[in-house]
Amino acid sequence: MLLLNLAWQSLKNRRISTSLTVLSIALSVALLLGVEALQKSARESFSSTISQTDLIAGARGGSLQLLLYTVFRIGQATNNIKYASYQEWAKHPAIEWTIPYSLGDSHRGFRVIGTDQNFYQHYRFRRNRQVRFAAGRAPATFTETALGSDVAARLGYQAGTKIALTHGVGAAGILDHDDKPFTVVGILERTATPIDRSVYITLEGMSAVHAGWEEGAPPEPGEEVAVKSLSAEQLKPEAITSFLIRCKSRIDSLRLMREISNYSGEPMMAIIPGATMSELWSTVEYAETALRIVGGFVIVVGLMGMLVAIYTTLNERRREMAILRAVGAGPAKIVTLFVLESLLLAASGCVLGAGFMYAGIQSLQGYVEQRFGLYLRWQGLSQEHFLYMGAVLLAALFIGLVPAWRAYRNTLADGLSVRI
Amino acid sequence: MAATAIDIHGLEFRYRSASKPVLQIAELSLAAGENCFLYGPSGCGKTTLLGLVAGVLKATQGEVKVLGEDLRAMSGAARDRFRGSKLGYIFQMFNLIPYLSVRDNILLACRLHPERRQRLGGESLDDAARRMARSLGIENFLDCGVTELSVGQQQRVAAARALLGAPPLIIADEPTSALDAAHREQFLQLLLAQARAAQSTVLFVSHDQSLAPLFERRISLPEVNQAI
Repeated sequence: MLLLNLAWQSLKNRRISTSLTVLSIALSVALLLGVEALQKSARESFSSTISQTDLIAGARGGSLQLLLYTVFRIGQATNNIKYASYQEWAKHPAIEWTIPYSLGDSHRGFRVIGTDQNFYQHYRFRRNRQVRFAAGRAPATFTETALGSDVAARLGYQAGTKIALTHGVGAAGILDHDDKPFTVVGILERTATPIDRSVYITLEGMSAVHAGWEEGAPPEPGEEVAVKSLSAEQLKPEAITSFLIRCKSRIDSLRLMREISNYSGEPMMAIIPGATMSELWSTVEYAETALRIVGGFVIVVGLMGMLVAIYTTLNERRREMAILRAVGAGPAKIVTLFVLESLLLAASGCVLGAGFMYAGIQSLQGYVEQRFGLYLRWQGLSQEHFLYMGAVLLAALFIGLVPAWRAYRNTLADGLSVRI
Repeated sequence: MAATAIDIHGLEFRYRSASKPVLQIAELSLAAGENCFLYGPSGCGKTTLLGLVAGVLKATQGEVKVLGEDLRAMSGAARDRFRGSKLGYIFQMFNLIPYLSVRDNILLACRLHPERRQRLGGESLDDAARRMARSLGIENFLDCGVTELSVGQQQRVAAARALLGAPPLIIADEPTSALDAAHREQFLQLLLAQARAAQSTVLFVSHDQSLAPLFERRISLPEVNQAI
């Protein structure tokens, strides 16, 4: 207790060097914990983008790809599936509901999704939250569209705005479907998921924009199909990209997954979103490990700063050591004093670092969510955090032994006299 | 209390086993309660002798008994404990730990060693520090940082620490050499009076012979040290 007090007083006496050392340790601890928090938040955000969906079905291909373009609007589908096939599956007795997605177009960089009323009714994210409208309603006809909140905010659209879609997901202007404009009828509530960054139209609307585009290029002048002259036949969807499935009983999902893979109508596949997401995590684990290693090195640098800060005081403290020896403090006590100083520095660094991370998360939350669609959340101090801080303290203990050992040697050599 | 405070027989000390002996003392003893002036010019082995008596150094040969205990037979930790609880030590200067207050400096040894604390009787640490500070005229500085004190005041704080808890032996290594003549004698009178009150033995080392008349006994180290 006396030694702890001595260590504390001694650190307090060197206020500036102490606070700088603590600050550098705190920043490195905050970084390490921050990487952890970021990673958890990212996983949470990703995982909570879709819930209550048992299976995702699409054309046969990569399962990760299917997950990415269906749920996260990343990458593109290589093949579509027939709308007729979808209708067949939608009637399957084991299935409670389905949500069809037709992808491929964009509007000024935002993906366009053709879907139907099922999306607004059944889609769930963050466990059980439903897609709601901040304004207006769901598109009902082939000339209507609803916008994700980011789209509306970024482009400044409101209900009534007329927009043109772009063929493919490239930049606007080259292959615009400006022959068939859409009218905004609704804007979705913010969800902090990729839903916010998409434009929603009906499946019929998707067919309509592509009427006359059968070759994948704009119709020749004079061959454009006038919106008004579109027949019901031309509006009927012919293909979709993928669809989400909710089974009546989760037990059925594995069987259904096999059934879909063996479908004789066309090559198809189905994935379980959660399983494929863990596949995704294992692919990004390298990056996370790399970040963690960098974090570890930053900690080491911080502790090295501490080593230097303590070590440079050793010579001027030889006097102090002689006094302590004169009042009967043995070399073991001197070693303890120095180790305690290191531990105090590291412990204050840990506490301050956790505080920094908390404050950082609180203050950056809004910005990060807005800018990256990532919901940062203070997850409390987890066992992992304590593990990290324990490791920092342990490292401080070992690093603290270096100046302590040196002081011990000095003490033995000096005895009660100090050669300055 | 043991009849002799210090008892040295056939002492020999070398810093390295191959080097020349620094100290060779056939016989030197100090009675308990005696105050002794140990005189010697620089380099005659004064500090080495004090290190041996304080148990920081270990004799190469011979016997060093302090307060009846054979220091050579004790372990390093036991000697540290012995020094802290039974000895008071005053350096030439820079006696104080710069980051502690005057009070904490005075109480350092008593806080480290329960045995020394017990010798205060029932008195609380705070009361003891105050009493000792009052008798040495530094009561008003108890809560000051030590850097605010003059050299003379610092030496009194050092004396207060060495005296508190009534250690049977007080060793002073040229504690007055940084003081001017007037303060020198005043400091010494205070130190000796307090030591007498506590019945402590005082071993006072100096190269300044003008202080010698204040002591009951005087020893010239060059005369007893056969190594020179």
